[in-house]
Amino acid sequence: MVAETADEVETLLEEMNISRGLVKAQVYAGGRGKAGGVKFFESVDQAREITDNMLHTALVTKQTGPGGELISKVLIEQPVEIAQEFYLAFLIDRANSCPIIFVSSEGGMEFEEVAKKFPDKILTLALCDDSDFEALARQINRIFQLDKTSFENLVDLIEKLYHIFVNNDCTLLEINPLAVCVEGGRLMPLDCKMNIDSNARFRQKKWWAYFNNELNEHEKTAAKYGLKYIKLDGNVGCMVNGAGLAMATMDTILATGHAPANFLDVGGSASEEAVTQALKIITSDPNVKTIFINIFGGIMKCDIIAQGIVNAVKRTGLELPLVVRLEGTHKEKGLQIIKDSGLAITSADSLAEGARLAAAAVKEA
Amino acid sequence: MSILVNKDTVLMTQGITGKAGLFHSIKCRDYGTQLVGGVTPGRGGQVVEGFKIFDTVAACKEETGANATMIFVPPPFAAASIIEAIDADMPLIVAITEGIPVHDMIKVKRYLDLSDSVLIGPNCPGIVTPNQAKIGIAPDNIFKPGKIGVVSRSGTLTYEAVYQTTLNGLGQTTAIGIGGDPIHGINFVDVLELFRDDPDTEGIILIGEIGGLDEVEAAEFIADEIKVPVVGFIAGVSAPPGKRMGHAGAIIEGKGTSAEAKIKVLTEAGVTIAPNATLIGELMRDRMKG
Repeated sequence: MVAETADEVETLLEEMNISRGLVKAQVYAGGRGKAGGVKFFESVDQAREITDNMLHTALVTKQTGPGGELISKVLIEQPVEIAQEFYLAFLIDRANSCPIIFVSSEGGMEFEEVAKKFPDKILTLALCDDSDFEALARQINRIFQLDKTSFENLVDLIEKLYHIFVNNDCTLLEINPLAVCVEGGRLMPLDCKMNIDSNARFRQKKWWAYFNNELNEHEKTAAKYGLKYIKLDGNVGCMVNGAGLAMATMDTILATGHAPANFLDVGGSASEEAVTQALKIITSDPNVKTIFINIFGGIMKCDIIAQGIVNAVKRTGLELPLVVRLEGTHKEKGLQIIKDSGLAITSADSLAEGARLAAAAVKEA
Repeated sequence: MSILVNKDTVLMTQGITGKAGLFHSIKCRDYGTQLVGGVTPGRGGQVVEGFKIFDTVAACKEETGANATMIFVPPPFAAASIIEAIDADMPLIVAITEGIPVHDMIKVKRYLDLSDSVLIGPNCPGIVTPNQAKIGIAPDNIFKPGKIGVVSRSGTLTYEAVYQTTLNGLGQTTAIGIGGDPIHGINFVDVLELFRDDPDTEGIILIGEIGGLDEVEAAEFIADEIKVPVVGFIAGVSAPPGKRMGHAGAIIEGKGTSAEAKIKVLTEAGVTIAPNATLIGELMRDRMKG
């Protein structure tokens, strides 16, 4: 049961008829336990206090960035007496192009740690729509060693989880820990982490709406215009078409002794509006001292992007130094548009030159 | 010589009446590719920009003798389009579409494995044999016939590498972008095998990125099988772990998938690694001399 205020927690505790249990911070990252995002309470007052301390603070775990993730919800869980804890996850095996199930007898702790400490207590099994779930469960049970009742529970559980994994376009469905309750030997997923394939957002609208609420303004704008933006710590802002070239551009900037302020892939068919929004997002970061736009036009035409850049610079009143490198489809037309604009935009002839000019501009700034 | 496409390639387009599909079909035809027609369901019998339109891949293939197809169909229907091409026994399928859900690609791969079709992509720029055939969205003025085979997971970095080999006077036998998605058709090893067997390919450029272990497999194959010089580049040295950098494939998931780990195994396999993307052409030229 999820709550957003201490009062809601109190109501939940009344509904659940408990006064002992766990408060768990709800963030999009793992490694919460160690970071103080999971706490036991022995009374309603203590539950309120823990909740108040957690909410609206940033939780920094191994998997978040240094800035952490803002806690806007907490999960209240009933204490159960646990006989054993396991790890179970569904993910996609890229090499074999199929879903796999990953289990370990060591639940509760971070998986990376288990993989390091107990490599022999891990099992990986490939599966597909026509898998025999009972046979799979039998193999898993070599590791779990469950009794008959719990085993039947396991067969049922993995079949259900597999369908959840596929039907929700998950790229990860992690149950950690999967607990065996002392009472009745029932299997109980105590925590769950799901990653949803963003390529499937057109048919996973429910999840996407939920996720969208948690995005900040820039991430929302980026998503709306098909931009892929990740904020980083440097001061050279960059806008590139194509993820690979974007990464290579960041790497080249890094080689000049400066650091990229962001990753931004404008995608294959960015409109003038998208370029404008991209410039706004980049310049909203106060660390940005200079901007490097690197476009190798294939599907994206250089004249279109050049017009977009010129209009966007005019619309946003950009004052930072701007270096633009255009190559590929309609390159000449693009360069002409930039030249004719009369704006203070520096054209670069190659990726190397562009990175060098952008870096030089940081020094002057 | 060349790999996979040449002057005998007869191309058709799926999604030919869409904006991108039509624009790039015209561009491919202008380049000199024999582009004979395409498919848009419900518009069979029409002629658009001189291209004959069919309702199905099978009908188009039968009438035009197409032996390759390129796909521009939007993500929700793209997997079904690839499967339709497989069902029509299309020898070469090039899927340009970006954003196909990974669970759809799992289905496609199961069909593909039971067929003789070769799939390039999805989420790729396509394949070009200079002055013979261009399939996909690459800009055409960067190519030049020559002796380097280029294989890349990234679209725009393919152009970068191709253009540098052109500027260095080396030229290309064939350049191919295999796509940035975690589940894709033809992989590095498949392409390396084809380049190995092409007598005109005297050097190979391999461009990888963070995520997955394709480059590690490529390194093993290069060490054992490739006798010509290989220059490599891996994008994403500056990428923070766990963050998805645009491509669905470009995320560092764990051991062996970081840029550093890939650079290490490729270097051990005798590949010259370009420390940044601007040096790929020069390093290739130097290796060709030595």
